[in-house]
Amino acid sequence: MSCGKSVTRQGRRKENCRILSQDCIGENIYSLWLEGEDIANAAVPGQFLSLYSRDKSRLLPRPISICEIDREGGRLRLVYRVTGKNTGTEEFSRLCPGDILQVLGPLGNGFPLEAAKGRHMLLIGGGIGIPPMLETAKQLKGEKTMILGYRDQLFLQEEFSSLGRIYLATEDGSAGTKGNVLNVLEEKHLSGGGIFACGPAPMLRAVSAWAAGAGIPCWISMEERMACGVGACLACVCGSVEEDTHSHVKNKRICRDGPVFLSTEVEI
Amino acid sequence: MSKMQVELAGVTLKNPVMTASGTFGSGEEYSEFVDLNRLGAVVTKGVASVPWPGNPTPRVAETPSGMLNAIGLQNPGIDVFCERDLPFLKKFDTRIVVNVCGRTVEDYCAVVERLGEAPVDLLEINVSCPNVKEGGIAFGQNPRALEAITREVKKYARQPIIMKLSPNVTDITEMARAAEAGGADILSLINTLTGMKIDIHRRCFALANKTGGMSGPAVRPVAVRMVYQTANAVKLPIIGMGGIATAEDALEFLMAGATAVSVGTASFTNPHVTEEIVDGLQTFLEEEHVEDIRSLIGAVR
Repeated sequence: MSCGKSVTRQGRRKENCRILSQDCIGENIYSLWLEGEDIANAAVPGQFLSLYSRDKSRLLPRPISICEIDREGGRLRLVYRVTGKNTGTEEFSRLCPGDILQVLGPLGNGFPLEAAKGRHMLLIGGGIGIPPMLETAKQLKGEKTMILGYRDQLFLQEEFSSLGRIYLATEDGSAGTKGNVLNVLEEKHLSGGGIFACGPAPMLRAVSAWAAGAGIPCWISMEERMACGVGACLACVCGSVEEDTHSHVKNKRICRDGPVFLSTEVEI
Repeated sequence: MSKMQVELAGVTLKNPVMTASGTFGSGEEYSEFVDLNRLGAVVTKGVASVPWPGNPTPRVAETPSGMLNAIGLQNPGIDVFCERDLPFLKKFDTRIVVNVCGRTVEDYCAVVERLGEAPVDLLEINVSCPNVKEGGIAFGQNPRALEAITREVKKYARQPIIMKLSPNVTDITEMARAAEAGGADILSLINTLTGMKIDIHRRCFALANKTGGMSGPAVRPVAVRMVYQTANAVKLPIIGMGGIATAEDALEFLMAGATAVSVGTASFTNPHVTEEIVDGLQTFLEEEHVEDIRSLIGAVR
């Protein structure tokens, strides 16, 4: 089922993956299923894929987080935002079933599901940070509460609602709490034993501060401009509180050491 | 099989394909995607006498057929490099080239001296990084400073030294002659071209450093021209680089006068590319009935 691999070797290879379906599920938000048996077998929630453009003038892969993993079906789902005209993501949004997309992955570490055992987890997603929380929610067997923050239009919320208790926030107040995920935490007096979060940096900063106040561990998925995606070029670093054991400076590689970090080990 | 071996200052490479410093870490990250045994040499990311934290992010931006980077030479320092990275590279049958950076002449000399006893084949002296305020480019844009640092480094070096030249100069042959006069064994060029990108929606620079070094296929014609000019100005062997993404690109550099080539940014677009370029070169030689790749070096006059 997995496609386009020229050599079998111990490591990952850039693969030609067939598009199975693609749907627009919101303004500039696309849901794409692609074939990839080996990737689906290896992937864990919170990891990402590097997607390569067909346009040779676009050199750098686009890192897109994995939204769903279908191991049995050997396929993966990506939900991503088109970032503008003439962008790589706009090119991906035009792909049709049967088309081929070059992919490397899975990359990065993912959320530590084992650390969540026995804890009531708060899963917090903001904007285009929401998609990776879907597979995380699916694989997290224990008690969980999901808090999703949107600007205005909702996406994926129905799929989340079948997995457990869900709270919404919208900036314009059109659905759920008016405001952001922090407003939900405070308004609903939510508490838990740990947090998994993905979203824009200001959200991660606020959620991390809230978690520190509540005295609960918080794992956050970070984002930064990437180049290689495999830890070699040192483009996508974030500051670390302590000297990092690999870099030997106060820096961690988001693509390789992350993208998920304990909020207390990184500078947001 | 056509012969692929080339020689740089007495060091034989099994083929002319090397990695470009800064794009390949110290080999570990890409060893999953490339059989390092098949490369002519691995060139490490720049290493300094002490750890450097590098620049703030964003450190990279894409440009048409190119990219800008301003990593700022983040590196773990020579101690960690010698204890962790060198033993890893030593496991492979490839030449090891260490890129050396510093803020002062003394910094460079300290690293070079430290590597004297290490299992390293060549030293590449990075006097052309456009992304750090001190050192680097300060030596790479002034012929007298370049000659002086070359002479000084040479006093401490046990291995042949490669001086890496900046393209951000009026006349690269003047810099090449200065490095040759200072005692350089090999020249490598080009380092990145200083560039800038502006985010018009946020009304800010795309890179935190404002400027960055441009690389990728967009710079290749500039690099081929500079390799050609340099090859005709000095007697030293040249390692050509700048936007090489295919075997055909590598051949342009060889025919312009380079003895070996470095592949950099292309690894980001295709992590397997270095090995594919080795295969592509071999295929070209067979198809064109070229017995020895060395016969192509400087073939275009």
